[in-house]
Amino acid sequence: MVHESLAATHAIVTLDVALPGVVWGWIITMNMWAKSIGTGVIFMLFYLLKKYPTEAASYRFPVTVVSVVFIHIFLLFTVIDLHQMFRFWHIFFHPHFTSAITVGAWMATLFVGLLFLLLYASFIKKDNALFDKVLLWTTVLAIPVTLYTAALMAQATARELWQMPTESAQMILAATLSGSATILIMDTFMNKLSDAAKRDMGIILAFSALSAFVLYMAELVFGPMKAEEVAAVLQYVTNGGEYQTMFWIGQVTAFIVPFVLVTLSIVNKNQNILKLAAVFAVCGLWVVKHVWLVIPQLLSMS
Amino acid sequence: MKLGFLVDLHLCMGCKGCEIACKVENEVPLSTWRLRVKYVDVGTYPDTKRTFTPLRCNHCENAPCERICPVSALHYIENGIVNIDKERCIGCAGCVMACPYGAIYIDPETQTADKCTYCAHRIASSMMPACVVACPVEANIFGDIEDPTSNISKYIMQHNGNVQVRKPEKGTNPHHYYVGGGNVTLNPLASFRAEGYSLFNKLTHLPVGGHH
Ligand code: SF4
Ligand code: SF4
Repeated sequence: MVHESLAATHAIVTLDVALPGVVWGWIITMNMWAKSIGTGVIFMLFYLLKKYPTEAASYRFPVTVVSVVFIHIFLLFTVIDLHQMFRFWHIFFHPHFTSAITVGAWMATLFVGLLFLLLYASFIKKDNALFDKVLLWTTVLAIPVTLYTAALMAQATARELWQMPTESAQMILAATLSGSATILIMDTFMNKLSDAAKRDMGIILAFSALSAFVLYMAELVFGPMKAEEVAAVLQYVTNGGEYQTMFWIGQVTAFIVPFVLVTLSIVNKNQNILKLAAVFAVCGLWVVKHVWLVIPQLLSMS
Repeated sequence: MKLGFLVDLHLCMGCKGCEIACKVENEVPLSTWRLRVKYVDVGTYPDTKRTFTPLRCNHCENAPCERICPVSALHYIENGIVNIDKERCIGCAGCVMACPYGAIYIDPETQTADKCTYCAHRIASSMMPACVVACPVEANIFGDIEDPTSNISKYIMQHNGNVQVRKPEKGTNPHHYYVGGGNVTLNPLASFRAEGYSLFNKLTHLPVGGHH
């Protein structure tokens, strides 16, 4: 991890404190992954109800349930990652609004409120007009709820790898990727969507996978040309670095395989391949997010 | 009044007196550090030298840790010190992610963030920080950087052109300066950090509560 060292200087750190280790680990990965699904399915439901109102009608309630479940997984992992989890209420009673954590927590709470309103409209009141009205606002709010983690990563000044606006694009793409994939997986059981609607989900999935992959590759190639810390961090995923294998497993599973499978499915008009692509995308996304979260934390700041 | 620190690296001899004084004064738990002296060995035998760099929180004027803290546990006090309220901290570790200098740790006993406070509690009683008092060669100079007659301001003026801060490119505007620093001492990317080589790489962490 040495970039500015000169052979002639032969400078070696002989005494310093140990790295604190990975402070934000798999719990935060779970947080980001679950949030992508929780907001992503809402984006997809909004799209399907606009474009295929009849066949998507029966998805109102089940998609809301899936969103509620994954948003609660996200909230659960957010809270259990706190070293003082029983002080979580401080965010609401001593809020500091320059922090993306605070803004995100408030927005996520509002988002949960809207999700419960959707549940009420679809399950108790069975009022589609009300549901669609609330869904519009839920979809609008899902955008900043998706993006706030990118803002938080941008505020992590020490971690040069996490740049804005790249992380914003990656968060939105993760939501559209996992949202479309989850709808495709749900349709395996519900079997209500037409081939055209499934094809649309497949195209969104493939486009998200390709765009996210291009962004990661661009960072991998050009990031080191801009900042020495980025160059140092990316050595963990290149040249036999500690996370190289995991990085590529993630890229292939989340992006390359789903993209190829969706293309094959469209060419061969075989909808079954789409389901496989969806499973790969949802699993691979976890690995991709995890590697990107962990590697900057391996670099000593002193 | 804005309090600042300056360390003259020409004077520091790496005795770690400041480190120990800090540990004792602030009851810093085992395996964590508010202040530590980094050793970097330079050159090839027999032409070698050892450099010593005390590292602590820089009390940045534009502190990323203060900005990211969701509950204002990290906050400015009037004299420019970035202080921490451990009772308010929720232990989200956002500050650990944000500080470009690795100055913050999670206290294993209280499970909250902690760091150097420039001994804010001592300053409130008109005492110097513990590390300043302990330094046998007066390498640590502490005072008001807004007062041109203070020792630290005079020192900065005298060494005009040879005063550095860590990672100025981060835009944090540290209130912690070095005289006689260089790339090897202040830039972590400029020296090798071989795993297992450093004395502190194989730390044993005691269980919280001190059970054996
Ligand atoms: S050095 Fe780190 S902990 Fe100290 S004020 Fe700056 S950002 Fe905060
Ligand atoms: S760990 Fe504590 S001090 Fe640090 S950002 Fe979180 S709440 Fe603030």
